[in-house]
Amino acid sequence: MIPFLITAGVAFLFYLLLVVGSGNILFWSWEELVAGVILALGIGAISRKILCRNKNFRMINPVRLLLLLIYIPGPFFVELTKANLDVAYRVITGRIRPGIIRLKSGMKSDFALIMLAHSITLTPGTLSVDVDEKTNDLFIHVINIDEETQKKTALEAEEIFSYMDLPKWIRRIAE
Amino acid sequence: MIAEILIGICVAIGLIFNALGIIGILRFPDVYTRLHASTKATTFGTIFLGIAIIVYAVATYIGTADGQYLMLVVHTVIAIFALAITNAAGSHAIARAAHRSGQLPEPAVVDRLKEAGI
Repeated sequence: MIPFLITAGVAFLFYLLLVVGSGNILFWSWEELVAGVILALGIGAISRKILCRNKNFRMINPVRLLLLLIYIPGPFFVELTKANLDVAYRVITGRIRPGIIRLKSGMKSDFALIMLAHSITLTPGTLSVDVDEKTNDLFIHVINIDEETQKKTALEAEEIFSYMDLPKWIRRIAE
Repeated sequence: MIAEILIGICVAIGLIFNALGIIGILRFPDVYTRLHASTKATTFGTIFLGIAIIVYAVATYIGTADGQYLMLVVHTVIAIFALAITNAAGSHAIARAAHRSGQLPEPAVVDRLKEAGI
């Protein structure tokens, strides 16, 4: 019952977002609201086992969702800007020293690991390649490795981000 | 007027970074470094093109109060989020598939994934 309600609620919210500005009840017309309720109930009935697979509802906690909404335009965007200036510099000068290193992620849940892998791919000169499923270690391709990093067998997740502590944010959001 | 200047700046940044991404794809030596250029630079550039659309839609909405421009803002925001997530996931999948099919990074100073043998 709870998975059904959560899935239907999320589907209804997305429908409302997609048809915003269609009428006069706040921003929606009543036809769209009725259609949204019917579609959301149908989607909730069909796909409740996909969205809430592991019976753990920590991600509907509004604090976590708010932090996620702050995380993407805030710390994440700062790192994204820095990464892009770095890649632009390397595209123009061609000065690269690439290689694949092991990164201890320290994440416990799958969702946190996915968020970290995506953040790594879009931020500082690094790209996730593979994951060690036993230890949750990530293998990342780095475009410019310095001598010190090359000698280490594994890096901590905090060491590759320079300005913001993204792994801490991800732990707070997803664990 | 201010909106037009902002749109111009955002479109310029977006086009510059998308162009850098394409130059990077042509210039870099192997599949992984090319993925760096194609993932990061194009995501960043397209986010700025999206911001230009949002500025245009907000400026027009303030002028006309027409609901369809509000819809344009929300759709663009959703498109940006979807693009960022799918771009990262897609490049991750390409990199993993390339390494599993024996396309090792060349040149590379170190390859811990090959040493781990997963």
